[in-house]
Amino acid sequence: MATSEMSDLRQFPVIRTCPYTPPTEYRELARDEPIARVGLPDGGWAWAVSRHEHVRQVLNDPSFSADRSHPDFPSQAPAGQKPQRLDEADRTILTMDPPEHGPARRAVLGEFTVRRINALVPEIQRIVDEQIDQLLAGPQPADLVETLSLPVPSRVICAMLGVPYADHPFFQVNTAAMIKRDTPMPERREAFDRIRGYMSDLIATKEADPPDDLLGRQIRQRRAEGAYDRRSLAALGFLLLVAGHETTANMISLGTLKLLDDPEQHAKLRADPERTAGAVEEMLRYFTIADSAVARLATADTTVGDVTIRAGEGVLLLGLVANRDPDVFPDPDAFDVERPARHHLAFGFGPHQCLGQNLARVELRVVFDALLRRVPTLRLAAGVADLPIKSDASIFGLYQLPVAW
Amino acid sequence: MTTMKIVADTTRCVGAGQCVLTEPDLFDQSPKDGTVIVLDDDPPPELHRAAREAALVCPSQALSVEE
Repeated sequence: MATSEMSDLRQFPVIRTCPYTPPTEYRELARDEPIARVGLPDGGWAWAVSRHEHVRQVLNDPSFSADRSHPDFPSQAPAGQKPQRLDEADRTILTMDPPEHGPARRAVLGEFTVRRINALVPEIQRIVDEQIDQLLAGPQPADLVETLSLPVPSRVICAMLGVPYADHPFFQVNTAAMIKRDTPMPERREAFDRIRGYMSDLIATKEADPPDDLLGRQIRQRRAEGAYDRRSLAALGFLLLVAGHETTANMISLGTLKLLDDPEQHAKLRADPERTAGAVEEMLRYFTIADSAVARLATADTTVGDVTIRAGEGVLLLGLVANRDPDVFPDPDAFDVERPARHHLAFGFGPHQCLGQNLARVELRVVFDALLRRVPTLRLAAGVADLPIKSDASIFGLYQLPVAW
Repeated sequence: MTTMKIVADTTRCVGAGQCVLTEPDLFDQSPKDGTVIVLDDDPPPELHRAAREAALVCPSQALSVEE
């Protein structure tokens, strides 16, 4: 494209400033140009795809690569801070393409089946109850992020993986540095290296007599297949640890905010616990916190809608906009816990759809059921407009949520 | 009476478990690799709607229903 044309493009990333309403730029794209060229911080451009149908198509088409360490992969990171090419042993299911992705995902899928996750419910319930005990025993107002949103998923993923929860301040600080958009590259890299080094050391301690936790079972399974490599397992453990606590934490905060700010929906949910699972799907749709994290690189010319995307071109999949597609979700800006919303794209779509989605669902269901039941007087202790929003992170959420009861 | 046949392509399946969440009477997952197990590929009429929903939400479009 000519430079003059480039300067006319809408620039990404688009910053989310309201917890509820998608940015105006997103709405304009969806209305005017559902497959549009947009500018990226490095001076390049990518296609931004807004419609539900098209996002599903791209994410389920093997001619679009998920290898985000490829030099041409579209990045919303500040100029000069694009992710570096990963060493072979550090690659994970996040960035793999067929034929390598399927077997690698299946090697760990058994840990995340609906049945396996449902078996964790009593432990998740215990963790949630302990955190609510702590909340209620502490001073008011309290920060829900600190007392509930972060500790619950963090304790759950630690227990699953076999990571000592006592180490959580270390990986929470480093995860936060990694996902903040304006963290300079050397610091981002250092945070990455610190968590990876921690995971590698931890796995080394499990090798002599692998314990019955996810990492221990992976050591045994990979050895049995003659494919055990500490560095490769550390990369997976790292991915699960980071993905396992930041995302669910933000959904707990945002979901609680919305319920406390919407008495009618709150009452509906409290009236019937059978509605919680559906309400969780609606929260996932409504907030779509990983909306700027899903992108692909075309490896073959492909027609999407009335646009031909050429090999080598980048694509941003705007899940937040697609989840407000009026053709799929009538009156899409309304939050309605009774809406059938299971076909949302908050967990992505296609072969890379979130591995931990059923864990996230169960954690959210248990948290909201327990909060509504045990703390019926819970209320916001700050105005919605005053809440510190994670508009500078690639995963949307709240830094704090002051509550009282 | 309408009949339905559920077809699962386990080579495409990515084990998201959305079908099991939709209707555990029709679908389960392999404990080993998480891929779909169809418990009843000729479901009774009262489960036809759930079978269609499972095909809709399947992220890898590994499920289809023939009616």
